[in-house]
Amino acid sequence: MVKLDFSIGDLHFKNPVLTASGTFGYGSEFDDFFDVSDLGGIILKGTTLEPREGNAYPRMAETVSGMLNSVGLQNKGIDYFEKNIYPRVSAYNTNVIVNINGSDIDDYVALAERISKLEKIPAVELNVSCPNVKRGGMAFGTDLKSLREVTRKVRAVCSKKIIVKLSPNVTNIVDFARVVEEEGADSISLINTLLGMAISVKKMKPSLSTITGGLSGPAIKPIALRMVWQVATAVNIPVIGIGGIMNTEDALEFFLAGATAIQIGTANFIEPQTAVTILEGITNWLEIKGYSDIRDIIGYINK
Amino acid sequence: MTKRIESLRIVENKRLIKDIFTLELTGSGKIPEMEPGQFVQVKIDGSPGTFLRRPFSVHEVNYPQNTFKILIQIAGKGSEVLSRLGNGDFLNLIYPLGNSFTMPEKDERILLVGGGCGVAPLLFLGKHLKSNGFVPDILLGFRNSKRIIELNEYSELGKVYVTTEDGSRGKKGIVTGHPVLESERYDVIYCCGPELMMKAVVKYCRENKIKCEVSLENLMGCGFGVCLCCVVETVKGNLCTCIDGPVFNINDLKW
Repeated sequence: MVKLDFSIGDLHFKNPVLTASGTFGYGSEFDDFFDVSDLGGIILKGTTLEPREGNAYPRMAETVSGMLNSVGLQNKGIDYFEKNIYPRVSAYNTNVIVNINGSDIDDYVALAERISKLEKIPAVELNVSCPNVKRGGMAFGTDLKSLREVTRKVRAVCSKKIIVKLSPNVTNIVDFARVVEEEGADSISLINTLLGMAISVKKMKPSLSTITGGLSGPAIKPIALRMVWQVATAVNIPVIGIGGIMNTEDALEFFLAGATAIQIGTANFIEPQTAVTILEGITNWLEIKGYSDIRDIIGYINK
Repeated sequence: MTKRIESLRIVENKRLIKDIFTLELTGSGKIPEMEPGQFVQVKIDGSPGTFLRRPFSVHEVNYPQNTFKILIQIAGKGSEVLSRLGNGDFLNLIYPLGNSFTMPEKDERILLVGGGCGVAPLLFLGKHLKSNGFVPDILLGFRNSKRIIELNEYSELGKVYVTTEDGSRGKKGIVTGHPVLESERYDVIYCCGPELMMKAVVKYCRENKIKCEVSLENLMGCGFGVCLCCVVETVKGNLCTCIDGPVFNINDLKW
């Protein structure tokens, strides 16, 4: 039996395969496809204080080996979440993590306080990297001073584990990782989407209503892998790798680079069972290679 | 209704006109019950540029034969690859997805309005209506006589009216200009076709206070309500075409 579990501080995860916010709804959309409780954790759709309608259609453009989106955090807000979604997701026998987003620092603080009161939510993922909202979002994740302040203030009120989801749209990702570690974040997840753009030549206008959007999918995997490797070798808190993971081989690359866990994102849209398929795949690979613990391969290339 | 992911075998690839074809599919097990308006998400292998699945309406279901059809227009590389598949090839589907048309009340006069490859869900709907004792009229609009598909199939279901933009068959013009809309009084209109056509039908139904449902086709990422890309503006806020639709009552649309 291969050991797959890991911990963020004293928070235990049975395995390192999680699903990325915004690609997994609230879990129940996948109930027909597999038992969501088999995963190490799920990160729910980005939640804000007030309900948000998101950006105008069109919000998506297919690109070579990936897609652009500019959904813009459409969600029903924290009140609705507490009342209607929390009771349902609490039934999952896995770590259910809420991804929180704000227009300003007070929003993040207020959300962290609200989530801290929810017994069955063991962690928040601080989304300081959404490229598709006018205020907040990526503005926090691409400015060291703002990132430090938001992390510090959320830490001060949040009794849950804090994972900070970093934006790749910066010059030196390691500086940003160090700042959140210094301010007491328990873990770092990366990368969020890369700011991109597509134009319909047929219509002679941008493919997205917002002109720019976030690029995800296998197209960004080499960049994600490079950044995960850089960050994993620079900080001492667990790093969760995200970015274009479609199969077992992709997942293993992230572990070898130094990721303690991974999140499956865009792949969920195309193959809803990707996360469990990868979980089986890495288990088999480790068995065949004779490893008894996934820890033996985490950061292997750096040893 | 339970969604499933399944590889289905192609029984027949039938070319209707130059760029529109149907694929008839069968499963190793029993195909699920499907309702008119629902769609499938098809994975397209062998087309490197086609990253996401593609949605297609269920066009016709044949439970005794354990098969169903999807209707496809060649619009890009993905559909071009599909057009070259044939008997014995397999397609991976997530299905059945989406909601369905609301069945009419007893004795209501029904009109189905479709255009181009947007007729896809209407054949299934028409057959379903017929098996429930309804006799719909059918109004189909095409660019010209060369674009007309499956008229015979529809004429088995009810009275068929045709418009073509160039007048090469039926009445010249667009569907909303057809005289049957003046001479007949319908209680319900079900519509699927190009957006401009649907908008014209919606306008007509609003002006004449006729109940109407339209089936929308927005760009989709997933097809089952998680990516929130295929939204349409409604009086209830932004709703996903894939799970809250594809069929919408026009009272809900902000068109």
